[in-house]
Amino acid sequence: MQWEVVIGLETHVQLQTNTKIFCGASTAFGAEPNTQADAVSIALPGVLPVLNREAVQCAIRFGLAIDAEIGRRSVFARKNYFYPDLPKGYQISQFELPVVGKGKITIQLGDVEKVINITRAHLEEDAGKSLHGDFHGATGIDLNRAGTPLLEIVTEPDMRSAAEAVAYAKKLHELVQWIGICDGNMQEGSFRCDVNVSVRPKGSDKLGTRREIKNLNSFRFMQQAIEYETRWQIETLEDGGTIQQATVLFNPDTGETRAMRSKEEANDYRYFPDPDLLPLVISEADIEAVKAKMPELPEAMKARFEQQYALPAYDATAITASRGVADYFVAAVAAFGGEAKLVANWVMGSVAAKLNEEGKAIADSPVSAEQLAGLLKRIADNTISGKMAKEVFEAMWSGEGDADTIIEKRGLKQVSDSGAIEAIVDEVLAANAAMVAEYKAGKEKAFNGIVGQCMKASKGKANPAQVNEILKKKLAG
Amino acid sequence: MINASLKELATALGAKQISSVELTQLFLDRINRLNPEINAYITLDADRSLAQAAAADALIAQGKAGPLTGIPFAQKDIFCAQGWRTTCGSKMLENFVAPYDAHIISQFDNAGAVNLGKTNMDEFAMGSSNETSYFGKVQNPWDRARVPGGSSGGSAAAVAARLAPAATGTDTGGSIRQPASLCGLSGLKPTYGVCSRYGMIAFASSLDQAGPMAKSAEDLALMMNVMAGFDTRDSTSLQRDTEDYTRDLNQPLKGLRIGLPREYFADGLDAGVAKVVLDAIEQYRKLGAETVEVSLPNTQLSIPVYYVLAPAEASSNLSRYDGVRYGHRAAEYTDLMDMYCKTRAEGFGAEVKRRIMVGTYVLSAGYYDAYYLKAQQLRRLIAQDFEQAFKQCDVIMGPAAPGTAFKTGEKTNDPVAMYLEDLYTIAVNLAGLPGMSVPAGFSNGLPVGLQIIGNYFSEARMLNIGHQYQQVTDWHKQMPQGIE
Repeated sequence: MQWEVVIGLETHVQLQTNTKIFCGASTAFGAEPNTQADAVSIALPGVLPVLNREAVQCAIRFGLAIDAEIGRRSVFARKNYFYPDLPKGYQISQFELPVVGKGKITIQLGDVEKVINITRAHLEEDAGKSLHGDFHGATGIDLNRAGTPLLEIVTEPDMRSAAEAVAYAKKLHELVQWIGICDGNMQEGSFRCDVNVSVRPKGSDKLGTRREIKNLNSFRFMQQAIEYETRWQIETLEDGGTIQQATVLFNPDTGETRAMRSKEEANDYRYFPDPDLLPLVISEADIEAVKAKMPELPEAMKARFEQQYALPAYDATAITASRGVADYFVAAVAAFGGEAKLVANWVMGSVAAKLNEEGKAIADSPVSAEQLAGLLKRIADNTISGKMAKEVFEAMWSGEGDADTIIEKRGLKQVSDSGAIEAIVDEVLAANAAMVAEYKAGKEKAFNGIVGQCMKASKGKANPAQVNEILKKKLAG
Repeated sequence: MINASLKELATALGAKQISSVELTQLFLDRINRLNPEINAYITLDADRSLAQAAAADALIAQGKAGPLTGIPFAQKDIFCAQGWRTTCGSKMLENFVAPYDAHIISQFDNAGAVNLGKTNMDEFAMGSSNETSYFGKVQNPWDRARVPGGSSGGSAAAVAARLAPAATGTDTGGSIRQPASLCGLSGLKPTYGVCSRYGMIAFASSLDQAGPMAKSAEDLALMMNVMAGFDTRDSTSLQRDTEDYTRDLNQPLKGLRIGLPREYFADGLDAGVAKVVLDAIEQYRKLGAETVEVSLPNTQLSIPVYYVLAPAEASSNLSRYDGVRYGHRAAEYTDLMDMYCKTRAEGFGAEVKRRIMVGTYVLSAGYYDAYYLKAQQLRRLIAQDFEQAFKQCDVIMGPAAPGTAFKTGEKTNDPVAMYLEDLYTIAVNLAGLPGMSVPAGFSNGLPVGLQIIGNYFSEARMLNIGHQYQQVTDWHKQMPQGIE
């Protein structure tokens, strides 16, 4: 039988606010345990939540970015369950009426575009952390993270492969950073995905029973986890088994998923509207205020780049895939002042390749946009050849300084003095009589060989265009 | 001095007839003498109280005294007060020392008032007789074999026995008005949102409201000037202009339209209580008021609605008492679940457990729509009853409680009979309206309260209505015997 996998994602995006969602405690990562846990964070008797409007603005910003309905009246609800790192015994979340309604995100797989529908996004608070370290057999509780604002973004079950799910997650990851609502730091848990996976016979329109893979914090693990889970479900069904609805965890060491709790043990969260908080009302003016500060979105920027910089669609898409790359590109174009296509080639080529190789973000690139522009200027004014430029770029990357410094120090300046080039050409022609004869006998390819010899003799510094020109003149004569 | 009004105390303090330290000591001495039996206070801290009194004396000496500076007040043990043990009447918080001040506490502090001690109460404010307190029953000063009402029973008994000039209370379903009625006091539950709930330990968040308990309406007005006001730390606190609650005290009542709800004078009301209440209304007619019969047709629904919504909220509010961070934790346990179970089984009393179970049940998947959602819909109908009634009248009057103080133990085994104690008060909380009880006479030697229900934010007018009645009657000046 042919099987089809059906995937939906729930992503917890930690919002970049200075303080927690319902109190004034700091949200900074990495502080000593419980130093950012105030009376509200530890849920002392009598404390009350007060909504942080900054978190609401982040939610509106996201809603606008995915062209979603903004809930004009949304309601905070209590999700009740007992856990030691959940200080109130309930999490304040949104249930029936979320702040962001239906929207969409378009992903690209090769040349194919696909729309992933967003069901909703809602605001909620994070829990603390249980520390299973050395506490004499006990568990430690760190409540610094308790109350950190989260936006939970839920998709429809629209994805049909691990690749699609990862492409969506990457796109979302980029978008939330692009609009400045999340730092995207997956190691620190700022962006965590829960993936719902089910399989069904291809052609069926009925959904299979799903299992939820919890808390994936790397795209590679997500890919592996979905692939393993899909195989496991198909094998189970083909062996005549059934799938039980369950929550599973992915173990990166074994590459396997394993059930954490089954549905029978599932909590009844007893959601009800939180009487400590008024319904969240968002006015047209609130939305307009967020809109006014909204950065240009990737789609709009892509269209603009095609127009303004005459970039091909492929280049414009690649350059606007991340806010950091786009910013880098714009800065380099401005500093360079020349043809934008040359900048795009370098950004998508050498820069991207080096970053990829070293696993770095463009913000951490050792070669700044201005430095790159400095190099491109020397290509444009024929100071160095394209080939030399690669060498200079490598040197810049390893921190040897600006393009001009490196060119000077390494003596890479291109020779464009026609007298000097003529001398080299004469020398080469004299030393390679056989090749000259071949060329004159009609073997066109021999020409390239002679050019190569000239470049070699000049230690690569001769201007190749001039070499060509002079050589052609001489051979014709 | 022990019968003096707040105004008289302020005058005496200002004229240096007595110092705040002397006044505080006077009440502390009375507490030492009478409290071992009456049990109105859970926690006393004479050093702290006297230090506050000394600071108040300094303010008075500098001419910086406000109307309440130097006057000692009893604080219900539901308000967190920094450095004070704050128990909420529960074993769960037996050793909990609050590290911060409730808004109400800091308001009294800022006014230069003295915290005389923390008063006894039903556990987590759940009860109408003060019998659910982990710290023991409270005696009604008018008859020591009877209950003072609840949940603010300790505050009521303290003021009635002159163990404090006045006290704070909280009212979720009648917890200020019913004990005020049973102890012969004046008590006001303001409009929901007028007093900040910050630092007031939550029972049912959408119903809880702090208010003053004192001998007279005038005292209540002076306390309201300190207690009311917007607080950014409570999202349900209302942002309104500051009011002077004493401003209308002396307005005449001519032309006042009093609504008498048919349903408040029907079955279930004690005949003696009914007579006292009708006499009081007759007194208002003499003061120039008119009466009109009104109807609150959904009154009977208020108790079932309340006993769905209040436990639902309570079951969630009390989840934080899990033994993890503060409060009681079982001494021995095998694992996390065992720790939770033992801690909560040991830390909570029977009534609290009953309400947690009811609340958990009505919020459960499959029951939510039938109970919680339905109750919310009925809550709106109950509020609409009042809306209709207030088209015909300015205030509504009736009994505060269906009877007078009952005997200790009389209703402890019949929760429904106990719940019916709040028949006339609960609807007011459900609607978020202000309600007040003023002493209106006696039935068989026990005090009876007249309830005055006003429209939203009409507290100043209600206090005026109470004050004018107290100018022509002296029920509020009566004192129980045996407390001299």
